[in-house]
Amino acid sequence: MRGLYSLFLLLFLICLAFIGAYVLEFHLLMGVIIPYFAFAVFAVGIIYRVIKWARSPVPFRIPTTCGQQKSLSWIKTDNLESPYNIFGVIGRMLLEILVFRSLFRNTKSELKDGKLVYGQNIWLWLSGLAFHWTFLIIVLRHLRFFTEPVIFFVPYIQNLDGLLEIGLPVLYITDVIFLVAIGYLFLRRVAIAQVRYISLESDYFPLFLIFTIGLTGVLMRYFTAFKVNIIDIKTLAMGLVNFNPVVPAGIGWLFYLHLFLVSTLLFYFPMSKLMHMGGVFLSPTRNLVNNSRARRHINPWDYPVKVHTYQEYEDEFRELMREAGMPLEKE
Amino acid sequence: MAEDKLKPQELLDLNHKPPAKNWMDTLPVFRRGTFNYAAVEKNAAYLGLPYPRKWQPMDEDWQLPENWKEIILNGFKERLDKYRSLRIFMDICVRCGACADKCHYFLGSGDPKNMPVLRAELLRSVYRNDFTTAGKIMGRFAGARELTVDVLKEWFYYFFQCTECRRCSIFCPYGIDTAEITMMARELLNLVGLNIDWIVTPAANCFRTGNHLGIQPHGFQDSVDFAVDDLADITGIKIDAPVNRKGAEILFVVPSADYFADPHYYGFLGYMALFHEIGLDYTFSSYASEGGNFGLFHSTETMKRLNAKIYAEAKRLGVKWILGGECGHMWRVLHQYMDTMNGPADFLEEPVSPITGTKFDNTKSTKMVHICEFTADLIKNGKLNLDKSRNDQWRVTFHDSCNPARAMGLIEEPRYVIRNTCNNFFEMPENTIREQTFCCGSGAGLGTDENFEMRMRGGLPRANAVKYVHEKHDVNLLTCICAIDKATLTPLMEFWVPEVSVGAVHELVGNALIMKGEKPDRTDLRGQAFVGRKPQKQEKVEEVKNV
Repeated sequence: MRGLYSLFLLLFLICLAFIGAYVLEFHLLMGVIIPYFAFAVFAVGIIYRVIKWARSPVPFRIPTTCGQQKSLSWIKTDNLESPYNIFGVIGRMLLEILVFRSLFRNTKSELKDGKLVYGQNIWLWLSGLAFHWTFLIIVLRHLRFFTEPVIFFVPYIQNLDGLLEIGLPVLYITDVIFLVAIGYLFLRRVAIAQVRYISLESDYFPLFLIFTIGLTGVLMRYFTAFKVNIIDIKTLAMGLVNFNPVVPAGIGWLFYLHLFLVSTLLFYFPMSKLMHMGGVFLSPTRNLVNNSRARRHINPWDYPVKVHTYQEYEDEFRELMREAGMPLEKE
Repeated sequence: MAEDKLKPQELLDLNHKPPAKNWMDTLPVFRRGTFNYAAVEKNAAYLGLPYPRKWQPMDEDWQLPENWKEIILNGFKERLDKYRSLRIFMDICVRCGACADKCHYFLGSGDPKNMPVLRAELLRSVYRNDFTTAGKIMGRFAGARELTVDVLKEWFYYFFQCTECRRCSIFCPYGIDTAEITMMARELLNLVGLNIDWIVTPAANCFRTGNHLGIQPHGFQDSVDFAVDDLADITGIKIDAPVNRKGAEILFVVPSADYFADPHYYGFLGYMALFHEIGLDYTFSSYASEGGNFGLFHSTETMKRLNAKIYAEAKRLGVKWILGGECGHMWRVLHQYMDTMNGPADFLEEPVSPITGTKFDNTKSTKMVHICEFTADLIKNGKLNLDKSRNDQWRVTFHDSCNPARAMGLIEEPRYVIRNTCNNFFEMPENTIREQTFCCGSGAGLGTDENFEMRMRGGLPRANAVKYVHEKHDVNLLTCICAIDKATLTPLMEFWVPEVSVGAVHELVGNALIMKGEKPDRTDLRGQAFVGRKPQKQEKVEEVKNV
């Protein structure tokens, strides 16, 4: 069964972190060296990958059009689905990146009594959107550990996120949505036969990893048994940010596990499908203007090819053309 | 022939549940009816393609060149460096599965490797193995696998089972375009001489004679003369249809099927009637007598070699601009590739309709206008005298051809023309038209007899939607603006919805057009009397339907 190896790999990583943080107490390694290393790989890796993409040219203008082109003045043009200028492209990309426009189109097809029927299918879109947005909000919330004074928008996010005012510390809605969404994304991968069939280990691994990161975070925040010392964590985080690392004693091992898994994610990111975060901006079927008949697009590696000229053509068929009374270049 | 044996009911016994076995461990079966024959040696040689030889896909030994693997991997590397699309599409798929049930071949066959994501994974698995560090280290864990002869055979089977229709691409959150991936894979296969005949032979013909059936110049002249005579019989008007005429204002390029295949031909008559009526100063060309470009299905280079004729001929004839007929993939090439490949067309003028004065600003660089844009503008400006009731024999629906819809955005122009030329127009369900249109199932070079079963499977979603409007609204004419559609939707309808005929949008135009000086008993372009006017000509109706 696929997915199992990913689970083993994750368990192995958890053991490693446990041994490192709890048994051996390598706190400098776990709290400073590994995070620095992972972040360096993350930053350099992403830049490397994006440069590699950018170095391959876009020889042809190949947008997929999902709406009416700009042609005759009285025909209503769909600038967001078939952009005719840069504003349309920006709008199209924003819709794609912020609200997953294309995924929203998703349908489900079924064959019933020899008839294909299509229905709306918003679950993938909804869970994908929920997962990505809550992930972003959670990352932004974490800025309170990395900024002093805490950057201005973080309290607003926290207040909004804790609007329900359930429990103490206040329950963040995003934490719940995040874990539920990721749980759904995993379940559909296993439960939908077609998706299970196409899934690779590298599809399961990030799901398990990110879920566990979320789970360890939730444990530390909401459950007394796993409480860690927030002040010390902030000291560690600020030390990392200021390149003046300090390792306060007494931060619980669960925090080191959390940090180790985050480091794993950062390390893994540039060499995985998670790079879709950057790739979506560069996709030539989405980020180009559909104006290829109005403005010439240049192919940087264009080269001359062997063509069959009119002269060669007439030379071959001249007699036949003459008999048919067709005009000729050479009589 | 296969089509005699095959029954629709057999194809409906479908299972969309994939097998338990890992897809990397299953091999393709070259079952008759589901693949295309290999390229004929002499035509591959005529085009100067690599490794022309006698072979067939069902052979055990494909007689690959000794260093085939090296050739393919070098070709792969080269294309990764030349196409950002390929590099990105190889890297960023998350296998969310949104595309899975969007492919007409998957819907019609249930074969899991027809899910666009898996089609691409066939290539991606090799990419990971040979071009990524993760794949090199972790192998199968990272989804990598080695390129073997079996993998190559699998590529051949499934990349010639994709019609490059781009439907999956509109559902992909990253716009991963399987058409692009298929084009790359076909280029790679071509490097070791693996191609199919219904691509290579039409391309060779096009290269030599200007059109894909290899019709020589006098034959082309004959076809045009024949159409002039037919139009005279139908309307009583003898029109002038110049070929290779220097100094005409407009060069008119159509897909070659328009002048010899049925039902394309009625659309061809429609164009000619229209041009006569508005007094257009135009010419056909025998040298550029094909807008359709089978090179698109072969390789960028072949596409460019064939497409070059259009600008070359426009220059030689000294026309001002170019007008193009109804065709799907032809328009993908004209809209997205021609100017880049063979431009700049600085010897032409920015297109202006000589009848209405409308400037076609959207074509000011390419200088090539789509016939539906041109005709819609004529109608809008009241330049045509149209009698919609002359199409009352038809209850019409419209099939958006893949490329005009998803590579141009030409969606409303044909609809405007249809609404103004007939009284009974019904749209198929939303999920099957416009940008979500379903392919005919036979495009991109796959429309052969030997591939009949797969074509009928791939055409199932389209046929199903037609059947729906046929049952609900009594629709009996499926119009479209693509030559491959007209050729292949016809047998598709015969198979799935035999009550529905296929026609061109400009057939409706030609029917509805009231021409100055036409004879009182003129018929429609199929020789049928107009409904409610001359019932005595009814026998002729039957005759045409039986063709």
